[in-house]
Amino acid sequence: MTKPSCKIYMTAGYNTISLGTGRREFNPRTERPGLEHYMKEAGQGVLSQIGGAQNIDESAVGNFMSARFNKQAHLGAFMPMVDKGLRYKPSISVEGACASGGLALMTGIKSVLAGTADSVLCIGVEVQNTVKAIYCADILAGAGWFSKRKTGHAYFFPGQFSDRAGAYYNEFSREAARKGFARWFRNAIENARLCPTAQEHHNTVVDLEALALTEPNPRSFTDHLNVYDCSKVSDGASGIAVMSEAGLKRAGIAYADAVEVIGWGHAVDDITEDPPQLTVLTTMREAIRQALGSAAITIEQLATIELHDCFSIAGILAVEALGFASHGKGADFVAAGNTARDGKIPINTTGGLIGWGHPTGGTGVHMAVTIWEQLTGKAGPNQVTIDPSRPYGMTINMGGDDKTVVAIVYKKADWKAHKLLEKTLL
Amino acid sequence: MQYTTRIQKVSVLGAAGKMGSGILLLTAIEMADQMLMPGNKGKVFILNAIDTSDEGLTGLLKYLRSQVLKAAEKKVVALRRLYADKAGLIENSEIIDAYILDVMSIVRTTTRVEAAYDSTLIFEAVSENQALKEKLFRQINEHNKSEPWFFTNTSSVPIGGLNKNALLEGRILGFHFYNPPAVQKLVELITIAENPTEMVEFAQKYASNLRKTVVPSNDVAGFIGNGHFMRDALFGIQEAERLSDEMPLYEAIYCVDRVTRDFLSRPMGIFQLIDYVGLDVVQFILRVMQPHMSGEKLHSSLLDELVLNGVKGGQFSDGNQKDGFLKYSKGKTVGIFDKLSGSYIDIATFSETADSWLGAVPAEVLPWKALVKVVDKDIFLLPAFKALQVSPDKGAGLAVAYALNSRKTALKLVSDGVARNEQDVNTVLLTGFFHAYGPINNYL
Repeated sequence: MTKPSCKIYMTAGYNTISLGTGRREFNPRTERPGLEHYMKEAGQGVLSQIGGAQNIDESAVGNFMSARFNKQAHLGAFMPMVDKGLRYKPSISVEGACASGGLALMTGIKSVLAGTADSVLCIGVEVQNTVKAIYCADILAGAGWFSKRKTGHAYFFPGQFSDRAGAYYNEFSREAARKGFARWFRNAIENARLCPTAQEHHNTVVDLEALALTEPNPRSFTDHLNVYDCSKVSDGASGIAVMSEAGLKRAGIAYADAVEVIGWGHAVDDITEDPPQLTVLTTMREAIRQALGSAAITIEQLATIELHDCFSIAGILAVEALGFASHGKGADFVAAGNTARDGKIPINTTGGLIGWGHPTGGTGVHMAVTIWEQLTGKAGPNQVTIDPSRPYGMTINMGGDDKTVVAIVYKKADWKAHKLLEKTLL
Repeated sequence: MQYTTRIQKVSVLGAAGKMGSGILLLTAIEMADQMLMPGNKGKVFILNAIDTSDEGLTGLLKYLRSQVLKAAEKKVVALRRLYADKAGLIENSEIIDAYILDVMSIVRTTTRVEAAYDSTLIFEAVSENQALKEKLFRQINEHNKSEPWFFTNTSSVPIGGLNKNALLEGRILGFHFYNPPAVQKLVELITIAENPTEMVEFAQKYASNLRKTVVPSNDVAGFIGNGHFMRDALFGIQEAERLSDEMPLYEAIYCVDRVTRDFLSRPMGIFQLIDYVGLDVVQFILRVMQPHMSGEKLHSSLLDELVLNGVKGGQFSDGNQKDGFLKYSKGKTVGIFDKLSGSYIDIATFSETADSWLGAVPAEVLPWKALVKVVDKDIFLLPAFKALQVSPDKGAGLAVAYALNSRKTALKLVSDGVARNEQDVNTVLLTGFFHAYGPINNYL
């Protein structure tokens, strides 16, 4: 892709809690908030930071499977329920499995680029605890090709990534891989404990790595992964506003409170085909290449990354796809603490999918909110140090088994540069 | 006869009861799993659910469906393999539905005992009435041409007597599930010398397929489980009666129930357990055991009096607890029966006095719920019992006496030859009664 034709910003991020097992308030036997609750909370959370709905031109909702989880489609039309000020304004819902949130962001970005909107309210939402995990697996399997469901595992996606983990064990070292997975889990939970909205915020396990090293049990789950290698079933929503320069001004948002989107990659592969190589996330690698290329930066310039660890193995493979470790060395890189919050490259600083939660269609937006928080210094207890020489952040949101990937590069909006620009233009 | 052939035609007597329904559930699942094995395609499996109550049988089918659903959800990884050749069954939900249908299709409900005349295996879970059991066994055995095996779920009636009186020629053994059978891991297996070897082997395999822990017990009335529970319960009643010198009996019952639950880290207090089993059932078991226990009084007048007044405990068909010694509301104990007024006294009206009489539970004592999750329990139990021993409080003193009596009872089961060894008694209490620790221990 080419450089963006105008400046694009994101601001006013908001997350609901990620509700599900692990949260103290979660009780599967009692009635819980529905889609509309989450959309309203996330939407209003954004609107309250930007002066209200009059400063929004369009909305984009990312959601994967509400039609099955909640027997509800047509989510775009929920936006006027979020705020009456959105009535009669454009609103669209987009779907790309677990990358639906990323696609909502891309929809917002494209509307701003197209000049049809200066301000797009992007919401990502999923409410999955309407069914037990074993039926949730059926629904989420829709992110793969249905023709392969019959021969797939009861827990379809854990099965797919268990196959990737098994291949990784064979090709490299099982022991090293599982150590890397265990450290991944520990980082995720430790970061989540700091974040009040995270699903694992209440986790009190003392020895996280020992727990994560529990042997996989193929009788009840998959051959190569245990439940700690997996993200949980989550309900939640996130929202963020995608704005043009004019959109920021209209809403009275200071540059210091916004991040600039300086590049992105959006790559899709054939859902009917098996992965070309089980130990490589090839589509993700391509989306990352596009994003870094369009932003004209290298990975050394990244201060922090939010990436799609739906499974620990996906996290390790993403680290390799980014190029922080060579093929087969990702697990060692993670085990050495390089991706911890005080490591070489802090990854998933609010817990990621395993720690914060994975409301599937909401995840892409949650990633953007975390990067926005980190780069603007709003991450509270989760804040990591952003070295001025490495001012960039990145989100990598994956749908299905490496089939749709949206990668976005962000930078803290530089008010000095803008002042200069304004002067030049005047 | 092979295992599969033997389990193709089965009847459960008393199938709508508390124990019978659980046995029916587990057997239906085992039969369906056999039916779905590739080598057993085309074989017909029939499970007769026999009970006198039409209403009970209707409820049974609902219970069965809900429980098979739970079981199927747990083993869907294996079920996907079993249904791999069914192209139309793709999603977990479809496979689970198909499995439920397969299990349910095996079960036939009937009020007619004649259905058992064609069965090769008969589970008996009717009430603890020796004469009734013998009558049913004799009748079925006379009319059944395939020399069926009888597995009785009796918790107390000696097998040798049933065998002799019903003229079964050794084709009966005790296969005693614990309540509820679908959950409790324990099965007490009571064999007699006349049992054919292949019958005992079948029983072992069946138990193993059901993933049960088998503890052999000698054929002594009450076996291991009730051998301990009945004496433990009588001790509790006696303790309450003794304490009634210094407080009303209902308050004493409250105190002893709390001591056994909270101070001894048991899943329920002794009076709640009696209610759970049913006062009338406990009374019945005591009556069955008494003639076999010379020199020991296995009887409680208080129990007789309450049963006579219709205070029986047990459960409603939906599983909710009926009132017994204790009154229940939404799963919680809210009152205690007062035999003087014939009504329940609200716990809230006296609990403060009673609790202060007992004293606080020592901090070292973990609640049962927390204790069962601990792997190395000695780390908590040694200091807990030490704290109970040194505490001057009355509750702690009662707890120590209770634990010592429980141990004495357990050791007697070994010395009387009911249990093979101490470990077996502990296993029964751990897996059949969900205790967090065995009665034979070195904590005191």
